[in-house]
Amino acid sequence: MKQGTAQVTAEICKKFGNDRTRLMDIAIAVQDRFGCVSHEAMEEIARQVRSHRVEVESLVSFYAFLSVKPQGKVVIRLCSDIVDWMKGYKDVAEAMARELGITMGETTPDGAITLTHTPCIGMSDQAPAALVNSVVVTHLTPERGRQLVRDLRRHLDPQQLVTMVGDGNNEHPLVRAMVRNNIRMRGPVHFADFEPGSALRKAVEMTPADVIRTIKDSRLRGRGGAGFPAGLKWEMAANAPGEKRYVLCNADEGEPGTFKDRVLLTECADQLMEGMTIAGYAVGSDTGIIYLRGEYRYLLPYLQSVVEGRRRQGYLGRDILGRKGLHFDIRIQLGAGAYICGEETALISSCEGLRGDPKNRPPFPPQEGYLGCPTIVNNVETLCCVSRILLEGSDWFASMGSSRTTGTKVLSISGDCRKPGVYEVPFGITARELIEMTEAENAGTMLIGGPCRQMIGPDRLEGRICYDDLATGGAIIIFNRARNRLEIAEHYLDFFIEESCGYCTPCRVGLTLLKNQVHKVIDGAGEPADLVEMRDLSNFIINTSRCGLGQAAPNPVLGALEIGDLSSGFVAERKPGLLPGFDLSKAVIDAELRVGRQSKYV
Amino acid sequence: MNRVTFTIDGKEVKAIRGQTILKAADAAGVFIPRLCAYRDLTPNGSCRVCSVRVNGRIQAACVQTVAEGAIVENETPELLEYRRNIVDMLFVEGNHFCMFCEKSGFCELQALAYRFGIKAPRYPFLYPKRDLDMSHPHVFLDHNRCILCGRCVRASQDMDGKNVFQFVERGGRKRLQVNGDSLSETDLKATDEAVSVCPVGALMKKRVGYEVPVGRRRYDEKPIGDDIEMKGEK
Repeated sequence: MKQGTAQVTAEICKKFGNDRTRLMDIAIAVQDRFGCVSHEAMEEIARQVRSHRVEVESLVSFYAFLSVKPQGKVVIRLCSDIVDWMKGYKDVAEAMARELGITMGETTPDGAITLTHTPCIGMSDQAPAALVNSVVVTHLTPERGRQLVRDLRRHLDPQQLVTMVGDGNNEHPLVRAMVRNNIRMRGPVHFADFEPGSALRKAVEMTPADVIRTIKDSRLRGRGGAGFPAGLKWEMAANAPGEKRYVLCNADEGEPGTFKDRVLLTECADQLMEGMTIAGYAVGSDTGIIYLRGEYRYLLPYLQSVVEGRRRQGYLGRDILGRKGLHFDIRIQLGAGAYICGEETALISSCEGLRGDPKNRPPFPPQEGYLGCPTIVNNVETLCCVSRILLEGSDWFASMGSSRTTGTKVLSISGDCRKPGVYEVPFGITARELIEMTEAENAGTMLIGGPCRQMIGPDRLEGRICYDDLATGGAIIIFNRARNRLEIAEHYLDFFIEESCGYCTPCRVGLTLLKNQVHKVIDGAGEPADLVEMRDLSNFIINTSRCGLGQAAPNPVLGALEIGDLSSGFVAERKPGLLPGFDLSKAVIDAELRVGRQSKYV
Repeated sequence: MNRVTFTIDGKEVKAIRGQTILKAADAAGVFIPRLCAYRDLTPNGSCRVCSVRVNGRIQAACVQTVAEGAIVENETPELLEYRRNIVDMLFVEGNHFCMFCEKSGFCELQALAYRFGIKAPRYPFLYPKRDLDMSHPHVFLDHNRCILCGRCVRASQDMDGKNVFQFVERGGRKRLQVNGDSLSETDLKATDEAVSVCPVGALMKKRVGYEVPVGRRRYDEKPIGDDIEMKGEK
C-alpha cells in the first residue's frame, strides 16, 4: 500500500507533465485519490516536480479543501455563512453531528464521513446549504440533515443524494444539481438570447485596437467590485512588452452573499468564454484560464464540455473561425477553498501552483502577471458584458445606467427577504427599490457588496447602486431590525480571520485583536473607550494591510459603529478600583479549577 | 536619466531609478524602521513596519520603488503610532520573554520597541501554544519567538541555495515549517545565512547565547538605526 501511494502520486504528477506550476491540479488529484495529501505523497510530488516537501506542504496547508491528515471518504461541508445561520444552520449542524455521533470537525471512527463547516458556498438564496464532496445540497432542515446522513451511511455516494434537479442548466446531464438559479429579473446584457460565435465574428472583423476602443467607449468597468475600467486594463496589457500574454477569468466569487457568477457560469458559459476569446484577440493572447472556485466544482464537467464544444465549432483552439494564426484556448483551473484567491494577484499565485498569497504591486498584472507575463484578470460578469457589447455596440451599452457607471449589474440578494435570488438591474437603482423588489420586511441593515464593502442603515436607502455611491461586486444581504449589527460584524470578522493569508502583520494579528474587542462589547463588558479603540484599530488595519482583504475586513465594524447606538453593550456598573471590563471572579476561575478550591476573596 | 530626486519628510533625497524607498533612504542616512527587510534579500513587504506615506498613500518602503518628485512621509505622528502598533502586535502574537532570552540586546524586535518607547504592549497577549525544535545538534528553532518575517525562508533559498524553511497554514495559524519532520532532518548547517539573519531569538545557534555579556550587546549601546543615521550626519 505504501509503495502504492508513491506510485499513484508519481503517475498523477506525470499526467500534469511534472510541471511545478500545476501543483494545484496535482494536489487536488492526490487529495481526491487518497482523501489527503500525506507527507509521503508530498515527498513524492516534490521529487517529481523538483521542489521540496515543505514547499508542497506550504501549498497543501493553505487551501481548506486540501489536507495533510486523512479525511473521510465523504466530507460534508456545512455552509456557516451568516445567512445560513439566520436560516437555521445551528440546528442542522447539531442534528447531523448527533446522527453521526461526532462533533464538528471530526471524522467517524470508521473513516467514512467527515463533518465540517465552510464559509459561503454561493448558495445564500437557498440556505442552509452544504457541500457533500462536490455535490450541493440546499434548503437543509434538521430532519433533512439526519436523513442525508442515514442515506450516506448506506451508500457513501454523494451523487445519490440528488433526488431532484434545479432549473435551467442545473438539469443538464453533466450538472444534475439540486441548485436553483432563482433568476428573478432578467436584463438585456446577460439573460437575453446569445448565439455562440456571433460576438466573436464581429470582433475579428475589427482590428484588436478597435475592439479595445469599443470596450473603452462602452465605459465598461470591472464587475468584481473594484470597478477598474476594463478597456484601460486591456490596453495596458496589449501595450506591455512580452512574448506571451494571458487572459484570466476570475470565477472565484467568494464574497459572502455572492452567487451571481454561479448563475452566469451555469446559464451563460458560452457568452463568458466568447468574452475571453475576444479579450485574447484584443490583447494578443492565445491562452485563457478560468479560475473556478472549488465550491463550484460540480459545474466543472459541464464547463469542460462547453470548452470542447467551442473547440469543435472553431471558436476555440487553433485557427479560430478559420483565420490562419488566430489561436486561443482555455483551461479551467480549479481552486480549493480560499477566499483570498478572488484577489487577482492571489488568483495568479494559485494558478502558478503557489499558496494563494497576494503579490506585491507594482508591477500590476497587465504589466507582469501570470508567470511574469502581461495578464488581464476579469470577472465572469465583466467578460459576459464584453460579448454583449460586441453584439449590440458600445453606445447601446453606455445608454444604460448612469454616466459614470454604464450597463447593468447582476446582483445576488439574500438574507431577510421573501424573494432572494439573482436580479439583473440597471445601475442607478436605489437600495429602497431593492428592498421592495425582494419583499424584505422591516429591513434594518443592508450590506452592499458583502462584508468587504459597506454596511448601511435605514437612513441610506435612497443611495444608488453605482461605483460613485453604493459600489458593489454583486452581494446584497438584507438584515431585519431585530438583528444586532455588532454580532453581524463579529461573524464576518471570524470569516476574515479564517480567510486571511497571514502574510502581513496588521491583517494576521490585528483582525484577531479587533474581534476580541468587538466580542467584549457584545459580551456586555465594554466601555466607551472600547468603541474608540475599535475605530482606531479598524483604521489602522485598513491603512496598513497589504492587500484588499485586510483593507476591507474592518468595514462591517466601522459600519456598525457608524449606524448604531452600541451603548447597550457597555458594562452597567463599575466597581471602584477595577478596570470596567475586568471580571475578577472570571479571571481566577482557571486557577481555582486547578487548585481545586474557591477563592474566599472574590 | 538614471537618477531620481524625491523628498522624505521634506529632506531632498537622490536615488537610483528602480531603487526601493527603503534602500534610497538608507543610502541617504534616513532611518525607516523595518523587520522583514534585510540587506540584499528580496524584500517581501510582510511586516509593514516600514510603512510610509508616498504621495499620501501608505506603502511599504521596502517594496515600493522611488519615483521622481515623490513626497514621502516617514516620521509623522500617525506613522509612528502605526509602527508601534505593529511591533506591539508582534509581541502579543508570540511568547516573548526578553528578560531571559539569549537574543536580548541583539534582538531587532526588542530594539525597535526601545526605540519607539514601548514599555508594555497596548494589546492583550494572545498566549499561543507553540513548539520548540531542539533536534538539530547546533541550531534550535523556538516558534514562540518567531515573528514570521520570512528572512530565513529567503536566505535559505537565495543565499544558501537550499530550501529549509517555508510557511505553512494561513491566517493566525500561519507558521514556519522545516523541510522534514524536524530541523535535524534538514540539510541546515549552523553556518547557514538562514540562521544568522533571524532578527529575533527564533533561530539560534546553540551554546553561544551568553558569549557577549548583557550591557555590552549591540543595542545596549546604540539604538537600532543609529548606523544608518550616522551616515546622514556626515
